[in-house]
Amino acid sequence: MREYLAALAATAGLLCVSVALAQKEKPPAYKYHKDALVYAELAKAPQKARNKRNPLEKDPDAVAAGRNLFEQHCTECHGDLAEGSRKGPSLMVEQVQNAEPGAIFWLLTNGVVWRGMPVWSKLPEPQRWQLVSYIKSLGVVETDASLGLKSSAGLTRESPSPRR
Amino acid sequence: MTVSRSSFWPALLGTRFASITSLFALFFFLLFLPGAAPAQENPYIVAYDHYLEEPGNLEIEYFSTFGTQRGGNDFHAFWMELEYGATAWWTTEFYVDGQSSFGDSTVFTGVRFENRFRLLKREHFINPVLYVEYENTNGADKILKEVEGHDVESNYADRNAALRKEHDHELEFKLLLSGTHKGWNFTENTIATKNLSNEPWEFGYAIGASRPLALKASAKRCSFCRQNFIAGAEMYGGLGDRHSFGLHETSHYFAPVIAWNLPSDWTLRLSAGFGLNDNSHRFLLRWGVSREIPGFGSMVSRLFGGRR
Repeated sequence: MREYLAALAATAGLLCVSVALAQKEKPPAYKYHKDALVYAELAKAPQKARNKRNPLEKDPDAVAAGRNLFEQHCTECHGDLAEGSRKGPSLMVEQVQNAEPGAIFWLLTNGVVWRGMPVWSKLPEPQRWQLVSYIKSLGVVETDASLGLKSSAGLTRESPSPRR
Repeated sequence: MTVSRSSFWPALLGTRFASITSLFALFFFLLFLPGAAPAQENPYIVAYDHYLEEPGNLEIEYFSTFGTQRGGNDFHAFWMELEYGATAWWTTEFYVDGQSSFGDSTVFTGVRFENRFRLLKREHFINPVLYVEYENTNGADKILKEVEGHDVESNYADRNAALRKEHDHELEFKLLLSGTHKGWNFTENTIATKNLSNEPWEFGYAIGASRPLALKASAKRCSFCRQNFIAGAEMYGGLGDRHSFGLHETSHYFAPVIAWNLPSDWTLRLSAGFGLNDNSHRFLLRWGVSREIPGFGSMVSRLFGGRR
């Protein structure tokens, strides 16, 4: 009976904590700030990593294979179209699209562990390059998220609607 | 929390048979939940590499071990595992263990609560992960998830009724050192276990190496593409205890392993383990099936009115 009560109390406690965490709202600015911190990690890529060229740059299948890998491993956080979600930033922003392929590869390999992005070195190198090919093929798309990011950085927000 | 020690489980769910059936029925229900995502799982069953569960994802796993037993009954030990990525640097797991000894009985053998912490921020040549586990098991536990101290085959020869009288409350620590280079993963686990009932520290090890059969992904989704298969080998065994460190009276195993990461969300693992000395079980056949549910944390959050 004591074990049962202890288990019940522990479950109730965990439930309360879960509910409290679930109900906790964070302002959109927090999300943009968090995304900006993740993008800032790209700038930390060492020069040697930046200088690496994508060996699959001219592989005609790289983008298609990268899209498959993206759907398998990345959409949960970055959204189905890489537009970003509550868990992860958009990849269709200037910070990512203007980054060197080597810097994106470096970020995939090392993750941003303290900010929620796991390391992806468990994917073999060619697969990470295929992902880079796909990400670079997306181009820049202005969404609410990217506009909010600019707005939170002090830039003018001209249009609130997403546009390609 | 075992059946043998108290009437907790039977009282909660009826008979022991009903308890075991209910738990595994719940497990298979979870396993077939929609929304899973193909994972890139390593093939190891005993050794750990440094990769943690992706944050917010829940992985549900079932493993079986068939083992031969000299001087006793062969057995089928099984465990189910719920693995949750709390953060990108912390994974937590809960295990329920059981076993059937042929010509004897089927019993729950205990629970385990495990946590793994990534120690370094970035990827390095060798990546350390700290592993901390609490085990509440009985002597009939035969899953052989790790081998440590002077664990030898003869320890498992008694009938379940006798083995279940022994209760183990253990804290287990591991230092996982792992790295991946040119598609190859190499891992080494050092194990130190302390039985909380005043027994000496026990030590063990596990090492492993594995590689996908192809490094490039194909442009088409396919089940039998070579990149979906990861093959390798692992070796594990005991290293004695604080008073008698070394290989004397210890058991050791070598096991080729293979994992099949299916695009249809499942991962299957198979391992054939061979005992390397007279103290080891001659043969351990292990297999496992797992499925990852991405965004499980968000699902729970939404259940309680959280944001999408």
